[in-house]
Amino acid sequence: MNVTTPPKKLTDKDFASDQEIRWCPGCGDYGVLKALQRTLPELGVPREKLVFVSGIGCSSRFPYYMATYGFHTIHGRAPAIATGIKLANRDLDVWVISGDGDGLSIGGNHLLHALRRNVDLNILLFNNEIYGLTKGQASPTSRPGTRSPSTPGGSVDYPISAARFALGAGAHFVARSVDTLQPHLMEMFRRAHAHRGTSFVEIFQNCLVYNDGVFAHFTDREVADDAQIRVKHGEPLLFGAAQDRGLRLKPGSLELEVVKVGEGGVGVGDVLVHDETSPVLAMMLASLTPPAFPVALGVLYCNPGACYEDALAAQAGPKAADGPKANLNALLRRGATWTVQEGGRIADA
Amino acid sequence: MVSAIAAKAEVIAAPRREVESVVVRFAGDSGDGIQLTGSQFTMSTALVGNDLATFPDFPAEIRAPVGTTFGVSAFQINFGARRIMTPGDAPDLLIALNPAALKVNLDAVKAGGTIVIDTGTCTARNLRKAGFAGNPLEDGTLAPFKVTGIDVSRHTEEALTRFGLSQKDMLRCKNMWALGLVYWMYGRSRQATVDWLNRKFAKRPEIAEANIAALNAGHAFGETAEMGGGLSGFTVRPAALDAGLYRTVSGSEALAWGLVAGAQLAGLKMVFSSYPITPASSILHTLAPLRDYGVTTFQAEDEIAAVCSAIGASYAGALGVTSSSGPGIALKTEAIGLAIGTELPLVVVDSQRAGPSTGMPTKTEQSDLHQAVFGRNADSPVAVIAARSPSDCFEVAIEAVRLATKYMTPVILLTDGFVANAAEPWRIPDVDTLPSMPVFFATELEGFRPTRRDPETQAREWVLPGTPGMEHRIGGLERDFDTGNISYDPANHQKMTDLRIGKIAGIARDIPAQAVEAGNPGGRLAVVGWGSTFGPISRAVDNLRGAGLDVSHIHLRYIWPLPANLGDLLAGFEHVLVPEMNAGQLITLLRSRYLIDAEGLNKVSGQPFKISEIEAAVRARLEA
Ligand SMILES: Cc1ncc(C[n+]2csc(CCOP(=O)(O)OP(=O)(O)O)c2C)c(N)n1
Ligand code: SF4
Repeated sequence: MNVTTPPKKLTDKDFASDQEIRWCPGCGDYGVLKALQRTLPELGVPREKLVFVSGIGCSSRFPYYMATYGFHTIHGRAPAIATGIKLANRDLDVWVISGDGDGLSIGGNHLLHALRRNVDLNILLFNNEIYGLTKGQASPTSRPGTRSPSTPGGSVDYPISAARFALGAGAHFVARSVDTLQPHLMEMFRRAHAHRGTSFVEIFQNCLVYNDGVFAHFTDREVADDAQIRVKHGEPLLFGAAQDRGLRLKPGSLELEVVKVGEGGVGVGDVLVHDETSPVLAMMLASLTPPAFPVALGVLYCNPGACYEDALAAQAGPKAADGPKANLNALLRRGATWTVQEGGRIADA
Repeated sequence: MVSAIAAKAEVIAAPRREVESVVVRFAGDSGDGIQLTGSQFTMSTALVGNDLATFPDFPAEIRAPVGTTFGVSAFQINFGARRIMTPGDAPDLLIALNPAALKVNLDAVKAGGTIVIDTGTCTARNLRKAGFAGNPLEDGTLAPFKVTGIDVSRHTEEALTRFGLSQKDMLRCKNMWALGLVYWMYGRSRQATVDWLNRKFAKRPEIAEANIAALNAGHAFGETAEMGGGLSGFTVRPAALDAGLYRTVSGSEALAWGLVAGAQLAGLKMVFSSYPITPASSILHTLAPLRDYGVTTFQAEDEIAAVCSAIGASYAGALGVTSSSGPGIALKTEAIGLAIGTELPLVVVDSQRAGPSTGMPTKTEQSDLHQAVFGRNADSPVAVIAARSPSDCFEVAIEAVRLATKYMTPVILLTDGFVANAAEPWRIPDVDTLPSMPVFFATELEGFRPTRRDPETQAREWVLPGTPGMEHRIGGLERDFDTGNISYDPANHQKMTDLRIGKIAGIARDIPAQAVEAGNPGGRLAVVGWGSTFGPISRAVDNLRGAGLDVSHIHLRYIWPLPANLGDLLAGFEHVLVPEMNAGQLITLLRSRYLIDAEGLNKVSGQPFKISEIEAAVRARLEA
């Protein structure tokens, strides 16, 4: 992202609009809003350069609460609209807000293509594993057996993993966090913003009305240390309250296993070191699920490549779309033309 | 060098017969290069100063099995020394490069017309494949026509022996042999085509030379061979066109260039987003190389993303344009509603094609009028305008940009497969003399609200994201008239609905009064058309008026809102006849709007109207 120096130091309050927030009290969305409003002043982007674009859903109300430019669009299409904004003006700092239904069901195709094109967008996907705004139907991330008004007998379809979807679509940046982890969320936003190209951040978000506690098995304070692993580039993949458990490749296979440092001759040196540029490791980390494994949080993958608008601009050459316009009259006169003179005589041109 | 033939006037032995206008149709397999042949003939026709109109008619299949009737591709051109309004009802000359082409096009040929058939392809097997029971050259099937059988295949091969090409490659030049023959018939110079071949095959000069040799051989054959039938030389004098610089232009080209001109006149960059579909794709192809003209093209993942990215571009201060055909426009529906709700400019081009669902992709129809005017959830009006001819697309595209930016609204621009593909001579406008229509972005910080509007047009101010102090939120939820915040207030929704309807209705004050194309502004019968029926209606009305009938022609560019004077104008006629290539869509609008007893003339065959069909319908009403 382009960073311009703002005239005065802003605070989180400067990024809050005057609109009354309409989420259910206690909704996980509040935490994400707060974390972003606290991160933005650090990024140094003037408010007028920020555009929040969302689809439809509880989470997609987000732009109304930001004192920036905001566009609340239609269900699932925010990545396409955001792409158009970038095609028109590369200088804007564009954030896309989406839910699991919005981004992975009706808008799955647009998310896929934004990711593969690597448009310079920050996409935040609020995953609450349920349709909140339409009152609690199962979503494409709901776990099998989820009981909801549309699946009274429990859902029977297999869920999609947002992070694995993003990696499969060719995303260059994939990170994960949780609505309640303020400092961690802020760090993910900083990283996402620093990455030029599409940055995809999946946020596990609690919907206390329709899906309360679906992430409790790895987010509750009592279990968090053992059920989460915070990955950091260049650091060993350790977790647990005492940081004494780690991930390594199971000998003779292409699978991760959990090992205890200090037991059975395992030293810290045997534990895998996180390499955020490795797509294979990213996919393995994104696939870990409790109870056998901890849930991986942090920047799973970051491997920058040319972003779409930049590549397009480079191809356009010096006379880019923003430059002075070529002469249309000359274009219209290119190729075979002829002149009809007064009286109808023809002269080849 | 074969390619160095002079462009001097052709020497001909026999005297040429002078004719006022001619209709020629080239037909063959989709692999025979019929469309290229047609466009070359079009160029040479334009260069001698004839007026002309063309009608490319090709199958949806890229390469249907050789020799089948569904693989037949045809190109019709009408050219003459007078104004030409249509590609012509019935060909005077049919060049059929195989039996299937003969079979498919036979019914179209004028009684007494001339048919040239490549006898080299008339094997028993090919005749059977084309659906002939016997040999039409012998069994009397072709009795109503003047028929010349020429073994075009063999003549082409003989002309090309010295090039060492495979038989397949030699036969690929057959179309040029036929073109050479037709050039001889109408006394045309081959030079422009020779130049074109040399350019096209610059990297493979042997192919260029083979094609030129075939062209020359066909031409020489005409000059020297004793041929019966109607194969003699003709002269068609230049038409009396207005003085100026001309080129030929297809509807797609004119539309694409009109959009560029519109964006430039408005002082905007254009983002054109589209998903491939016949017959709309050629607009994308024309615009894609025009980066230096302020155009960014975007091939989206589907039509929804195409319209959404165009809306995003408009939101960010560019002119967002999207283009598709009926099925794709259907997918864009929800997003057009978003552009209406958020009051953003958007141009949506619909190149209509035949039938519901996939229908007949390469055939023409005007059946998306209701989709354009009404096809959205809720009360959601947009402006709808239509182009009548290939060159008209240029002006209509500029008008679409003007209305979209002035009224901050989506504008749907209707063309159709016929207008998109057809070509005609075009007096090239001087873009520098066109009136500019600059767009103003909001700048007044004092009292800024995202709902601030122009008191006259009711258009919301266009605010450029990036403008300090004007940060605001918009969206598809109903907004408060004053503050722009989300509102569920009943009275406010009524007010906003009225505002949206009134804003579009108000455009009627900003468009020209409906003029009468031909005839009196009142009388016995008005033929009311829109879009690509312009050609056949004007020619039919001219003919009928020439025969002394009291007929007028009214042709609509503005479909929604309708011109303010239209009701009064139509009320001045005893009969109102509305020909449309649909089951009756404009007529429903006219009848409900003006409570008049208009009658429809409807054709949904995938083919344009013939002049004679319109003449007959008018006569039936006036002579009854
Ligand atoms: C075209 C269309 N279809 C359906 C809807 C109804 N709808 C609104 S939000 C939503 C699902 C929202 O779920 P999710 O994206 O997970 O967001 P959440 O509300 O949970 O934050 C649906 C189906 C709509 N607004 N538009
Ligand atoms: S329904 Fe769920 S997701 Fe929506 S606001 Fe309430 S708690 Fe949040």
